[in-house]
Amino acid sequence: MMDSVSESNMNQIDETLMGLPLAKTPSGQKVVFTDVDKYHDLISYLFNEGFNFASDLCGVDYLTNFDRKLPVGVKAERFEVVVNLLSHAKKERIRVRAMVKEVDPLISTVVDIYPGVENMEREAFDMYGIVFKGHPDMTRILMPEGWEGHPLRKDYSTGRVPVQFKESLGPR
Amino acid sequence: MTDDKKLNDSKLGNSAVLRLPESLGTDIEDLNEIEFGAGEKMIVNMGPQHPSTHGVLRVMMELEGETVLRCKPIIGYLHTGMEKTAEDLTYVQGATNVTRMDYLSPLSNELVFSLAVEDLLGVDIPPRATWIRMLMCELNRMSSHLMWLATNGMDLGATTMMIFGFRERELILSFFEKTTGLRMNHNYIRPGGVAADVPDGWEEDVEAIYKTVLFRLDEYDEFFTGQPIFRERVEGVGTLLAETAIELSVTGPLLRASGVPWDLRKTMPYLAYDEVDFDVIVGSVGDNFDRYAVRLNEIRESAKIVSQILEKMPRGDYRAQDAKVTPPPRARIDQSMEALIHHFKLFTEGVIVPEGETYVAVESPRGELGCYMASDGTGRPLRMHVRAPSFVNLQALPPLLRGSLVADAVASISSVDPVMGEVDR
Repeated sequence: MMDSVSESNMNQIDETLMGLPLAKTPSGQKVVFTDVDKYHDLISYLFNEGFNFASDLCGVDYLTNFDRKLPVGVKAERFEVVVNLLSHAKKERIRVRAMVKEVDPLISTVVDIYPGVENMEREAFDMYGIVFKGHPDMTRILMPEGWEGHPLRKDYSTGRVPVQFKESLGPR
Repeated sequence: MTDDKKLNDSKLGNSAVLRLPESLGTDIEDLNEIEFGAGEKMIVNMGPQHPSTHGVLRVMMELEGETVLRCKPIIGYLHTGMEKTAEDLTYVQGATNVTRMDYLSPLSNELVFSLAVEDLLGVDIPPRATWIRMLMCELNRMSSHLMWLATNGMDLGATTMMIFGFRERELILSFFEKTTGLRMNHNYIRPGGVAADVPDGWEEDVEAIYKTVLFRLDEYDEFFTGQPIFRERVEGVGTLLAETAIELSVTGPLLRASGVPWDLRKTMPYLAYDEVDFDVIVGSVGDNFDRYAVRLNEIRESAKIVSQILEKMPRGDYRAQDAKVTPPPRARIDQSMEALIHHFKLFTEGVIVPEGETYVAVESPRGELGCYMASDGTGRPLRMHVRAPSFVNLQALPPLLRGSLVADAVASISSVDPVMGEVDR
């Protein structure tokens, strides 16, 4: 089992896509790594390549595992935005991992390409504080509107804040 | 604003979304602040406590008379931070957490979680475990769709359907109770296989279930499918175009009812779905009736799959015999020190999963249920994200409701089949 770690080919670049490293996971899933600047271009390139469906978009916080395995040439950042795209015609998936920096995490939205990611981007904003530039409604989605902090960040501990909604009067 | 306008022009679904902050319209005083266009429009909040919203969904609707113009589904009332909780649970405990998300098809949730963990581990599952998983998931699809038929019937005022749906669902839940010990939240499908073998005499139970359900489905056809009052209520209401559905990342019966033959069981097979024969049910118009018909016939297809599983169920082990992943048999613990150590490590540290990340998707009764899992090489996931189909499918609500009556909105919300436990997680 531990062998599969050292044999993991995530460090080695198999191919490139628009000059960006494209790796494969041990089970054969394709992953493209990008930075914030090329993110929007890459997504629109993939859309034109036939990936007509955005399955999933989520944020990840690598605060506790900053030195993760990444292909050579990819600068690790604290946050990642992970987009899973699907091609109905080719029956194929591809994953985009975009590195988003810790201070002032900002990335451009892809709602203009895939309107379906609207809720998912709102969730990533709500949970990680990653701001999607150009999103039509960049507000909290799951947490109450006046909530402070972004709960899925690694430095946001569970049970830190007793749940108190603004309308509640407190104990009688 | 120009960006907004461009968005609305270029893409179909977006123009139906009401762009207002969610706190607006909850107080009477706020209403003066909302600017209306020409004509008499008003903002009405439906829910979060409304019998037809299937839990705590709030829909902010812009009405002109009784016609819905734009709307905005507002969610989060059931948010309990399950993805955060998942980061504190070991891979062994994780299945108990995800099973509570979509409480109408808990086994699909367990399945996708287990598949993600197994993908990272690189463990192979014995064939019997795969087929048991398939059996349970298909029975679960039947029970979930029956539940939908029941609640949809209730939303349309057909209380008979509610009683019928619950009656048939109970048959399946009794079998689940017999097999897993619980009617819901089973924690039955686990990384490495399933928790226990199917009980003795399961063949007779399953045969009785699918035959009874198939017989009763024909009754439903008489009561509803051919009934003019029902047809008038649902035909042509809440139409969703195929392009809009794909743009909005809609999956499951909603997408298929709009005429897109996309079912992960068929198009990207997992488990052993490529070894069973079944059809993908596709609608043509994408209205509430099509969604009803797709779900009704999917129960028939599931019954077909279940009957084939009965014949093809292989013999053998029901979980992988890998001491690092599955606990050793109870009898071994008394005899072998090694087995005792493995047992102890497994339930204290959990399974150690190598560093990596993966995205696995299955077809749940509501659509593409995905699990994105990132591991940092410890016993707990660094990130466990569930791509909940209802969460994404709710985005189709504004285009569905646009131009329909408030009374039909109830039927349309129901036809999306949102499970709020999964939406809010």
